[in-house]
Amino acid sequence: MRSAVIVFPGSNREMDMVAALEQASGKKPALVFHKDTELPEVDLIVLPGGFSHGDYLRAGAMAARSPVMAEVRRRAEKGVPVLGVCNGFQILTEAGLLPGALMRNASLRFVCKNVTLRCENAQTLFTGAMEAGQRMTVPCAHMDGNYFADADTMKRLEDSGGIAFRYVDGEGRTTEEANPNGSLDNVAGVFNETKTVLGLMPHPEDATDPLHGGTDGRALFHGLAEALA
Amino acid sequence: MKAKVHVTLKPGVLDPQGKAIHHALGALGFQGVEEVRQGKVIELELAETDRARAEAALDEMCRKLLANTVIENYAIELTD
Repeated sequence: MRSAVIVFPGSNREMDMVAALEQASGKKPALVFHKDTELPEVDLIVLPGGFSHGDYLRAGAMAARSPVMAEVRRRAEKGVPVLGVCNGFQILTEAGLLPGALMRNASLRFVCKNVTLRCENAQTLFTGAMEAGQRMTVPCAHMDGNYFADADTMKRLEDSGGIAFRYVDGEGRTTEEANPNGSLDNVAGVFNETKTVLGLMPHPEDATDPLHGGTDGRALFHGLAEALA
Repeated sequence: MKAKVHVTLKPGVLDPQGKAIHHALGALGFQGVEEVRQGKVIELELAETDRARAEAALDEMCRKLLANTVIENYAIELTD
């Protein structure tokens, strides 16, 4: 699996992403700067976490309009898989590559803690190494992770397997306490219609080494490496 | 030409910041505030002198960047 990680001014999780991708695929990802207009031939494009452009205007708003995103959009339309984590998810919604929007956390506080996710659709190239209903504990760290979409969009997502992950408690229930940011229906991650673009707020790349305190995040990267080998 | 763009959350979109402001106003003793919604005002100075063209350009700016139309409405005001 050849991959590229896009670096925006203010990205800060790109090296964590590089480590997780390299661990799973054995290949070093290419780092591509936001001003670049070309991308190498890759099997996966990743938008990492951080605070691109200082979250000015809206989180991800500036980055979504940066030069490299025109090429990311072209590749995504051709079916090249795109993964966005945290700020990367915000950028993908701002770019219109994923439905909905990520708003200020309902608590108005930055949330930095481990959360439990439940895999809602295991029939995608991102989730092939998971089972539907499987739970994983990964960290989240964000200020604007409150997922919102209008009722029609939520229904369409629900009916078409477009919801990738939900925040759940230790028993797998979507409770209010398990929801770190006020996201609608505890949504933590969504797919596009063709299930080739995934965005999620928590950081699976930061749960890939025992020193991280857990390795539940490996399933995502190993599944991708297998699907895109 | 000067312009102001008002960006507000669409009805039905929860506004935790507005709620916090509402709560703080109540704590300060301001009674009778029934709802608070927070938005943004963006001021622009345009070289354009034709109002219709300025409005068309501002509308495109709003749709492409200034507002996220998934969650926000916008209103354009030309001020001179």
